[in-house]
Amino acid sequence: MAGESDVVAAAAMPTVREPAWMPRHHLVLFALLLAGLLVAPFMLYPIFLMKVLCFALFASAFNLLLGYGGLLSFGHAAYFGMASYVSAHAAKVWGLTPELAILSGTLIAAVLGLVFGALAIRRQGIYFAMVTLAFAQMVYFFSLQAPFTGGEDGIQAVPRGHLFGLFDLSRPEPLYFFVLAIFFGGILLIYRIIHSPFGQVLKAIRQNEARAISLGYQVNRYKLAVFVLSAALSGLAGATKAIVFQLASLTDVYWAMSGEVVLMTLLGGMGTVFGPLVGAAVIVTMQNYLASFGDWVTIIQGAIFVIAVLLFREGIVGVIAKWTKKPL
Amino acid sequence: MKLAKALLATAAIAAMAVPALAETDVKIGVLNDRSGLYADLAGEGSVVAARMAVEDFDAASKDIAVEILSADHQNKPDVGSNIARQWIDTDEVDVIVDVPTSSVALAVNEVVREKDKVFLASGPATSDLTGKACSPNTIHWTYDTYSLANGTGKAMVEQGGDTWFFLTADYAFGHALERDTAAVVEASGGKVLGNVRHPLSSSDFSSFLLQAQSSGAKVIGLANAGGDTVNSIKQAAEFGIVQAGQSLAGLLIFSTDVAALGLETAQGLVLTNAFLADRNEDTAAFSARFKEKHGKNPTMVQAGVYSAVLHYLKGVEAVGSDDADAVLEWMKANPSNDPIFGEATIRKDGRHMHDMYLLQVKSPDESAGEEDYFKLLATIPAEEAFRSIEDGECEMAKQ
Repeated sequence: MAGESDVVAAAAMPTVREPAWMPRHHLVLFALLLAGLLVAPFMLYPIFLMKVLCFALFASAFNLLLGYGGLLSFGHAAYFGMASYVSAHAAKVWGLTPELAILSGTLIAAVLGLVFGALAIRRQGIYFAMVTLAFAQMVYFFSLQAPFTGGEDGIQAVPRGHLFGLFDLSRPEPLYFFVLAIFFGGILLIYRIIHSPFGQVLKAIRQNEARAISLGYQVNRYKLAVFVLSAALSGLAGATKAIVFQLASLTDVYWAMSGEVVLMTLLGGMGTVFGPLVGAAVIVTMQNYLASFGDWVTIIQGAIFVIAVLLFREGIVGVIAKWTKKPL
Repeated sequence: MKLAKALLATAAIAAMAVPALAETDVKIGVLNDRSGLYADLAGEGSVVAARMAVEDFDAASKDIAVEILSADHQNKPDVGSNIARQWIDTDEVDVIVDVPTSSVALAVNEVVREKDKVFLASGPATSDLTGKACSPNTIHWTYDTYSLANGTGKAMVEQGGDTWFFLTADYAFGHALERDTAAVVEASGGKVLGNVRHPLSSSDFSSFLLQAQSSGAKVIGLANAGGDTVNSIKQAAEFGIVQAGQSLAGLLIFSTDVAALGLETAQGLVLTNAFLADRNEDTAAFSARFKEKHGKNPTMVQAGVYSAVLHYLKGVEAVGSDDADAVLEWMKANPSNDPIFGEATIRKDGRHMHDMYLLQVKSPDESAGEEDYFKLLATIPAEEAFRSIEDGECEMAKQ
């Protein structure tokens, strides 16, 4: 649907000259987002904001696979969580600097994505989701048993260290801008992937796989590529989260985390650039500020999900995109 | 007229200013599970217990303004550490209490150490809090895995249960629990006949239980936790294991689990606990007051929250401020004294030293009525109940 409206919009306004790499309203939105996030730590609690950024990146990475690749993975916690373990272990035990720790986490997520993806993309629909879930559960039980993960205690007291050996990340301000840079870089990369020829082929595969094959595309290679990209970016989010919270735990590899990222993506708007960001912000804010309501958090979360599915299936940003008639 | 107004205004300002000058503001954050597995064990009951401590301490008349905050950490370490950080950074919370679930408690332990505040851990089990992860800012108040497993192991052997078979959850925690308990059993003169490992979150224990039954051991040690313990006890009841003469020993089981299982199923089970509601007049009176407010007898975790908050507030009064280091120093230098644990001291590694109790679940005939679940088999003195400092790997305590 998004692909069709892109084509229509482009055909309707051939005379308007826009920067080739980004339509003007996206440029404005990205600028606003960046400006808001630069000011935000002076008004809101920085650690909370960093949590939102990590989950927003995670949801965006997931959305790359679901919203643009049309593949519903139910095991993204595996990449997110394993990356956070590896990054925590690298920073704490190997004594790597934070940027190298995060890179090693991202790398392991990419490798996991390559192995699991290569097997999972051979099946479609519900079978694909089940295969990814099964692999994620394997990673969960591996994390539970492996000696380096600390079992259910997790890896605690991870040092934040010095970025490039220079900037002390134990203070919240430098840490925030470091996380912001990772987040923004990740989002722009995802944006670029979506709007590249590669992204166009992905959309074609999602809409009609048989036709894409008949046009001569190696469909499985495209699927595997997007799977690995999505896993690596999820890993980037998880690895960063480990440095921010100074811990890696089973929560991050548990299947509930895979469910949470689906919820964030659907609530914000699947297949939109900004949707997962909004979805992640809403869910994390609820978990954070409603924590004193106890068991009501999960009930409210469930109720909101039901309302979203019944009333605005396109998600928050999806509905706004429909009103404004512009792909967001 | 003008003068009268001015006088009134001055009087009003003075009246407002006086208590504000003398008051110490104390903020207590009760952080625990309010929606999941441990909501019954800790949850709202811990907040009730903290409030009772504030009332009994009579903070208002001592010019100490106490505010209690509470939140649900959902058993997720990142949620818990985020709340703890935010409480300390933006809400100026002085002390965090309770925090069941070991992974969350270890995360909060690090946050509190970094920010130099106070952490009174009543809920968590992991003995790492006074071991590898020990911190000058943390006092582990009520129980730990070591005291539950080893208390049960040692006392059971002394009671004649000298041959053991372990039913162990197959992951690091289960292995550690089995290893530690087996060491105590052998050190006390008992013998371990064998073990069997089951996967985490099993639903079918029948083959494992049959092995345990045919081993002929007098005691079957359940080195698992949560749902696995509950399921293994339920299925053991179906096999009639306790009726046939073997005893079940729960190594990490709480009074709430027994309440959930019911006496019919859980009867004969032996466990260690830090609190027994009808142990003496003081505990009975406390339990009755607690029950009036919360509708149920307090668990050891909730009773521990009461005891910890009371001792903390006494420290604030004695020191005259909420300065973390000064209050902690006072708390460790002076014994705590309350209806829950009587008089008890705090060790250098942050371990609150008090007696533990070896309990057996009554049969339905023995039970005098609602919430009368346990009979006291033995009192385990504090020095035997908890791990010694030398074995604890706590760097801080060795200096």
